[in-house]
Amino acid sequence: MNIHCDVVAELDNVTKRYGAVTAVDNLNLEIRAGEILSLLGPNGAGKTTSINLLLGLVQPSAGSATLFGLPPSDLNARRRIGAMLQSSVLESHVRVAECVAQYAGYYPQPMSVITALRHAGIEDLAKRSVTKLSGGQKQRLMFALALCGNPPLLFLDEPTAGLDVEARRALWTALRTLAADGRTIVLTTHYLEEADALADRIAVMNRGRVVAEGTPTEIKSRVALRRIRCVTELDGNIIAALPDVHSVQADGSRLEIATARPEQVLRELLWQDPSLSELEVSGARLEDAFLELTREEEKAA
Amino acid sequence: MNSDNTATAIAPEATIAATNAVTQWRGRDTLGVYWREVRFQFIGMLRSPGFALPTLLFPSMFYLFFGVLFSHGAQQATYRLATYSTFGVIGPALFGFGVGIAVEREKGILALKRVFPLPVGAYFCARIGMAMLFALLIVLILSLLGITLGGVSLAFGAWLGMTALLVAGALPFCALGLVIGLSVGGQAAPAIINLVYLPMSFLSGLWVPLQYMPHFLQQFAVSLPAYHFCQLVLAVIGQGNDGSNAVHVAYLAVFTAVCLLIAARAWRRIQDR
Repeated sequence: MNIHCDVVAELDNVTKRYGAVTAVDNLNLEIRAGEILSLLGPNGAGKTTSINLLLGLVQPSAGSATLFGLPPSDLNARRRIGAMLQSSVLESHVRVAECVAQYAGYYPQPMSVITALRHAGIEDLAKRSVTKLSGGQKQRLMFALALCGNPPLLFLDEPTAGLDVEARRALWTALRTLAADGRTIVLTTHYLEEADALADRIAVMNRGRVVAEGTPTEIKSRVALRRIRCVTELDGNIIAALPDVHSVQADGSRLEIATARPEQVLRELLWQDPSLSELEVSGARLEDAFLELTREEEKAA
Repeated sequence: MNSDNTATAIAPEATIAATNAVTQWRGRDTLGVYWREVRFQFIGMLRSPGFALPTLLFPSMFYLFFGVLFSHGAQQATYRLATYSTFGVIGPALFGFGVGIAVEREKGILALKRVFPLPVGAYFCARIGMAMLFALLIVLILSLLGITLGGVSLAFGAWLGMTALLVAGALPFCALGLVIGLSVGGQAAPAIINLVYLPMSFLSGLWVPLQYMPHFLQQFAVSLPAYHFCQLVLAVIGQGNDGSNAVHVAYLAVFTAVCLLIAARAWRRIQDR
């Protein structure tokens, strides 16, 4: 279907600088109709700035951002998007249902208030005053606001931040329902698990750039590093020279070895050093994976 | 929430207007958005005790004490109906814009409203409308107090003129509030506005007539917008005022224009971040 090739939003060679800090560095990002795209990366990677550029909240220092081929500030573009901002805290003495009805009224063909509340799992709070909501409930109200206008494109900046596990799962389910209707969804997260559970495509960001892009399976295979920790008589440099070893670090008396194929490396280590002790194998932290991806990219450059 | 139930409950209605949402948006719809935004803003503020109580209660209380209970006769009650109403009207304009916008800026609500397809004009008109509705409420409450307890008697035409002027007179103070709201943080805004509002009200003769003040303070009053506003209100109900009405109007027009210019620059800074 050619509709899936349509680009609904785009960052074209966009750079955003704040003084000496480059938040987004010559970024190209295409958002295709019908996909769930997840921007994944550590804090400060430029995810929120990228979203804010697409929403027209910040202006690019160079390059251009477009929504449906229009500048993001255009009302006709904004009538086709909904958004959940990370930094917004709702404070109002209106009731939840009134609040959703108000925001829905900005759109040409909104969904009903109760539908939006149901998607967000807060239909029982309809009559509650917004000021009386807990942090998590406000977060879900923000989600209801984002989708109440029935827009074809949703931007969700860390939608599950501050939600408990149950609420997070419920929001994932809601997002899948919304996506099944043909909506395009862009969400940022710093949980690989979340990107994996939801996204069709993941763009891993670090230091204002996309360092890796692909389906969750592709990304996972690239970040599937394991850490081997052990006490060994072998020299770190020799281990680093072994095939499949990404990096070796000293950690007190132990060595920490990052590798995508721990079985192979272990076989070799145990063969070479029968006195090896205090062995431990664990999954790499996501931060390590990001660093690894960045390093790969720098090597390639 | 039970995800399966939710999905089936939602499905029928949730089909999107997505692709055909290049939609027909008419002028009438925009008018509706403006009106609903005013109403939304007004309801939110009316239910906010931190805003509604002081803005409605203080002028009423002050007028009740100093205009009705401790005043000498109906003439003074009438004069002070004008001055205390002026005082009352300035409050919601300054606080609604100053504190309201400073807080919404800080809490990211302004950013949210900029992302949603709300015309930027509607955002500001809603606050003007809210300030004017509060102004109207204040004039109604004070008039009721004055007429029932203070023996105030005004020709209906004069009263209507006074009310209209008081409601319209909120505008320059909305502009001043806007400058403050776009320039300072949400924590500082209430303090700064009180520092502007209360001394300005006193020095413009809104609490105590200027003739009871030292000469240099009377001269200073001429530089304050609230003084000019109040003189116009007094003129409408025939309570001998100072200076020429044309000068008062001109002063307020220039004052508003200058505030809007400064506000426009601050607004551009926010947008061009």
